[in-house]
Amino acid sequence: MSETVLTTANLTCNFGALNAVDSVSLEFLRGEIHAIIGPNGAGKTTLINLLSGDLPPTAGQIHFKDKDITRFTSDQVSRAGIGRSYQKTNIFPQFTCFENCWTGAQSREPSSMRFFRPARNLTKVNERTEKALELCGLTHRRGTVASAMSYGEQRQLEIGMMLATEPELLLLDEPLAGMGVEESQQVIGLLRGLALKHTLILIEHDMDAVFSIAEKLTVMENGRVLESGTVEEIRASKAVQEAYLGDGQDE
Amino acid sequence: MVVPRPVLVFLLLGFAGLTVFPWVGESFYIELVMRMMIFGIFAMSLDLLIGFTGLVSFGHAAFFGLAGYLLAIVTPESGPVSIWLALPVCLLGVALAALVIGWFSVRTSGIYFIMITLAFAQMLFYFFNENSALGGSDGIFIFYKPTIAVAGSTLLDLDSRFTFYYFVLSSLVASYLLLRILLSSPFGQVIRGIRANEARTRALGFATFRYKLVSFIIAGTLAGYAGFLEGVHGGIMSPAHLGWHESGLVMMMVILGGMGTLYGPVLGAFAMVYLQDWFQDITEHWLLLMGGFVIAVVLFLPHGIAGLVHQISSLLSRAKGGAPDHE
Repeated sequence: MSETVLTTANLTCNFGALNAVDSVSLEFLRGEIHAIIGPNGAGKTTLINLLSGDLPPTAGQIHFKDKDITRFTSDQVSRAGIGRSYQKTNIFPQFTCFENCWTGAQSREPSSMRFFRPARNLTKVNERTEKALELCGLTHRRGTVASAMSYGEQRQLEIGMMLATEPELLLLDEPLAGMGVEESQQVIGLLRGLALKHTLILIEHDMDAVFSIAEKLTVMENGRVLESGTVEEIRASKAVQEAYLGDGQDE
Repeated sequence: MVVPRPVLVFLLLGFAGLTVFPWVGESFYIELVMRMMIFGIFAMSLDLLIGFTGLVSFGHAAFFGLAGYLLAIVTPESGPVSIWLALPVCLLGVALAALVIGWFSVRTSGIYFIMITLAFAQMLFYFFNENSALGGSDGIFIFYKPTIAVAGSTLLDLDSRFTFYYFVLSSLVASYLLLRILLSSPFGQVIRGIRANEARTRALGFATFRYKLVSFIIAGTLAGYAGFLEGVHGGIMSPAHLGWHESGLVMMMVILGGMGTLYGPVLGAFAMVYLQDWFQDITEHWLLLMGGFVIAVVLFLPHGIAGLVHQISSLLSRAKGGAPDHE
């Protein structure tokens, strides 16, 4: 019933002799929450970097909807409808919270090569910004300079900026990294809400969170896909149990 | 982006001072203030790159000098040229040069951007330095100031010192306002994003190369306008106007004045031009004094002269009875 929205075919990225991502072929379905897990160095972030255009692949293809986006740069990927948030907080530190989201929202205008009209007069951008602030729960912090906000709030802002670009598909690199229990719950709630309308691909180390929200899982190891399937399939997989989840005896 | 009210008051006072100056100042100082204002425009144009786009250009004088040379080339020895011809030639020529130089430079960043802009500027320097048809290292005279006439009747006579003074002052104010408008436009938002975090700006969907290139062209063209005024004012263009000394001087004006503030670099230009003149009067080793001044400002005024103005004006407004220092 659901269509494939993003596919990778033999996607490969080498750094010298290291195969950071090695012949990864995956399908992501519309409206799904798909988590990518695996030990450190498994190639998860590199895979996200390939999908978002932050890194060019060495070989293989990426298709988003009907488009071949293999050679797209990050700005083209963003305009095609794929948003991304970063593992290391990647915001505009000296901008206010509002301006951070505004910059994302303004990128959906046909062109920003407009020189004489005040930016703040763009009512649609304003609406998108307000919506993004509301979604990420930072409306009350709108006037605060981003560098003065708490770490957790900066993480929320990271997601807010991405949402301001109104993406169809979200790439989230450890959205819960370094968050407290309460903040994590808040963000998990946000991700669940987003999943109603968006496709989500996320990397996460918090296994409780992964199993509570993901519908599909891909387990990576040494740049390769070890297993990919529904949560139940992954739980049942011998290979995964041996390699990553432990033997299952300790619970 | 909002200029705090006390600073606005300071700027308006400064503007008022400049407006009445030709009536009270000696002619030597009127000439000096014109030079300050011309360099103020030049420094503001560089602030668009350094302070707002995050591009530290070390070859900005190339555009300043090139426009002056273009003016010299279109001004015949027999009489003045019309400004309706001279100004478009100068600005379009400089914009084209900025397009070409920017096309190559803007791909690089950091130290490489500094090197490549410097290299381009030095190429132009040597072109004019070695070109005997254009006066070589001695430079070239601009014998007549351009005429500003409509349908045969003179609109403004730039030969009159008064008129030219106000022409330069209006240019300074117009450049400031133009850049303010530009910076609050959608384009301004993008270049400020590039300065703050270029990779993120790109990831949000902006093809940053294009925006940096356009910013480079605008800054170059405005520097060219300042160079045009310098040519009209000084009546001579020499290769020194394009050299790395000149690029370094204007960069110091921006940094000492306070980058990313627009008015700061204007204050920096005023301070540097004035001190240059004053120190030269005191001693032939004036560069030592200038060096000391630069070190003192960098050490004690991390946000430049603009930072000092900001502090003083907020102190004053607080002393007056707690008026809010931000709108």
